Amino acid sequence: MKTTYREAVRKALHEALTRDGRAFLMGEDVGRYGGTYACSKGLLAEFGPDRVRDTPLAEGGFVGAGIGAALGGMRPIVEIMTVNFSLLALDQIVNNAATIRHMSGGQFSVPLVIRMATGAGRQLAAQHSHSLECWYAHIPGIRVVAPATIEDARGMLWTALQDPDPVIIFEHATLYNLEGDLADDAGAVAIDRAAVRRPGRDVTLIAYSANVHKAMEAAEALEADGISAEVIDLRSLRPLDDETILNSIRRTHRAVVVDEAWRTGSLAAEVSARIMDGAFYELDAPVARVCSAEVPIPYPRHLEEAATPQPGTIAAAAKILVTGHG
Amino acid sequence: MADFRMPSLGADMDAGMLVAWLKRPGDPIARGDIVAVVETQKGAIEIESFQSGTLRDICVEPGQKVPVGTVLAHIDGPEAAEPTMLPAAPSPPTVPPRAPAPAALPTTAPREERGARGRISPLARRRATELGLDPAALRGSGFDGAVTRADVERAAKERPRGPVAAGSEIRRAIAAAMSRSKREIPHYYLSATLDASACLDWLERENAKRPVAARLLYVVPILKAVALALHAVPELNGTYSEGLFRPSSDVHLGMAIALRGGGLIAPALHHADRCDLDGLMRALGDLVRRARTGGLKSSELSDPTVTVTNLGEGIVDAVYPVIYPPQVAMIGLGSVMKRPWIVDDAIVPRRLIQVSVAADHRVSDGHRAARFLETLGQFLAEPDKL
Repeated sequence: MKTTYREAVRKALHEALTRDGRAFLMGEDVGRYGGTYACSKGLLAEFGPDRVRDTPLAEGGFVGAGIGAALGGMRPIVEIMTVNFSLLALDQIVNNAATIRHMSGGQFSVPLVIRMATGAGRQLAAQHSHSLECWYAHIPGIRVVAPATIEDARGMLWTALQDPDPVIIFEHATLYNLEGDLADDAGAVAIDRAAVRRPGRDVTLIAYSANVHKAMEAAEALEADGISAEVIDLRSLRPLDDETILNSIRRTHRAVVVDEAWRTGSLAAEVSARIMDGAFYELDAPVARVCSAEVPIPYPRHLEEAATPQPGTIAAAAKILVTGHG
Repeated sequence: MADFRMPSLGADMDAGMLVAWLKRPGDPIARGDIVAVVETQKGAIEIESFQSGTLRDICVEPGQKVPVGTVLAHIDGPEAAEPTMLPAAPSPPTVPPRAPAPAALPTTAPREERGARGRISPLARRRATELGLDPAALRGSGFDGAVTRADVERAAKERPRGPVAAGSEIRRAIAAAMSRSKREIPHYYLSATLDASACLDWLERENAKRPVAARLLYVVPILKAVALALHAVPELNGTYSEGLFRPSSDVHLGMAIALRGGGLIAPALHHADRCDLDGLMRALGDLVRRARTGGLKSSELSDPTVTVTNLGEGIVDAVYPVIYPPQVAMIGLGSVMKRPWIVDDAIVPRRLIQVSVAADHRVSDGHRAARFLETLGQFLAEPDKL
């Protein structure tokens, strides 16, 4: 069945609201407007205002309400318009959602799912375009996933809802229009393992979310140069699936980590360090990173593209590792 | 049974990586044998055993990094355990006790050891260990010029078949030079046991007066004596080519230096006859350091007029050297041995050294080399004249 990433997210929400009476959706513009990215279109009409709730522009408030509802036995799905805005709810997420199981000695859990958009590429300028996934991936007590494919957009939400602890789902804003096939019977998917999206021999390109597609493009370009690139989609940003990463390095002996966040203190840095820890003696070249320029993401399209990883820069980084020259 | 442990090779070392075992369980081990190679911040270090016996079992596999003091293996032995392990002294030359690179390779030879910590990918280093290659001797094609796995595997394929030891390039160079020597040069050999006691006693008195850093190695006055004695027999000092001997008025002593990756090189100590002992000591230290880390000058490789090989403080009585063409002689210094010796009809303990000469019979005859040994003995007896 031909569909879009947006439609897959909507189907996943629909399934959650249908299958679990404790589930409800809450966030800015999720009801009447149908969602900032139109992921919840029609759900208000179908499920009513108790289960599809528009909130004020108050992230700290409605995320906190979500935590309370989860503690009370509900299965809230909270949507935050972009990761930049989630910083207003950082206290609730980091100090409450992530810690309550620990601080209550296991008496309480917070089965909360937070969805948020992330990333650049839509000319939304510096306050709507950043990639702060690694800030959340830093925090013990929460699980962080990033569906890059239509199948994962369709299947990760249900699995996340079954988790007794908070799960954050990052949806890259450029992915909603992604078109592709989805099996008619597509449903829940496992969320704890990375996936090899393309096998290769010479270098591993490690990416997540929208950059997986850029890495796939880079891999095709590299193939034309006679370089066989493997592409790994991390899928889970916390915990990281070391095994899939290290097994790939044991085959290709080289790695380029692609991350739309800034290089300093990035997930790319963490992945690189884990490769060094676990596969140093397998490496035939230093681990390379392709990250965003360390500037606020610019508004003009050409600058936005120049500031973020692109298939060309990924392929160039891989080529120099494999051939020793650009 | 004794524990063979990860040694501390300096106060700043807290761990080391085991690179290779040179012995297997069941192998007999003699005190002083190199048992394993350990990678430290200072490079690869060969670890010798201070225990004789049999290697019972290995506790740490190659590639593992372990803290100082970790038991690496157990040695079953008849001797009482002596658990201290020290890094081996620079390994003495094994095969033909003499041989630098041939004339064709002089400028590239010293670079081969420069990569002791050069750009070698971790994978390439591991593969090289597995394949018995010295990765530092390879040209890197990878990122930043690093030696990669592909470079190592290509070199392994190109390596000539047969029991060729590690250190490929330099090994081939030695093979070429030594084959030529034995093919072309009619060698004759003489040796004499010389009493070095006066020289060594003098040296010890002299060293006692000096700060540690300024002390002289025992070989330094002997080298000076060799250089001076060569003046008495010019037929041993020079080069022979196209049927013609060209004596040299200068004495540039080629010093056979064992390289860590295997093989030897014999760069010149220029004007050894004219240096004072301190100058000779400095020049020797500098030469050995540069020979092992890279940075020899091509003149040092092409200038030697005669070569000295010194087997140092071991158990070797005498060396029978192979001349390095186009030179016409090579002088071998055996180990210093304390032995009973007759002086004025009394048996007294003396420190002796057996000095040998291999010389080219096209240029000189035995009695001339004998004259050299006699003169050397006289210089050793009067060390204050050196």
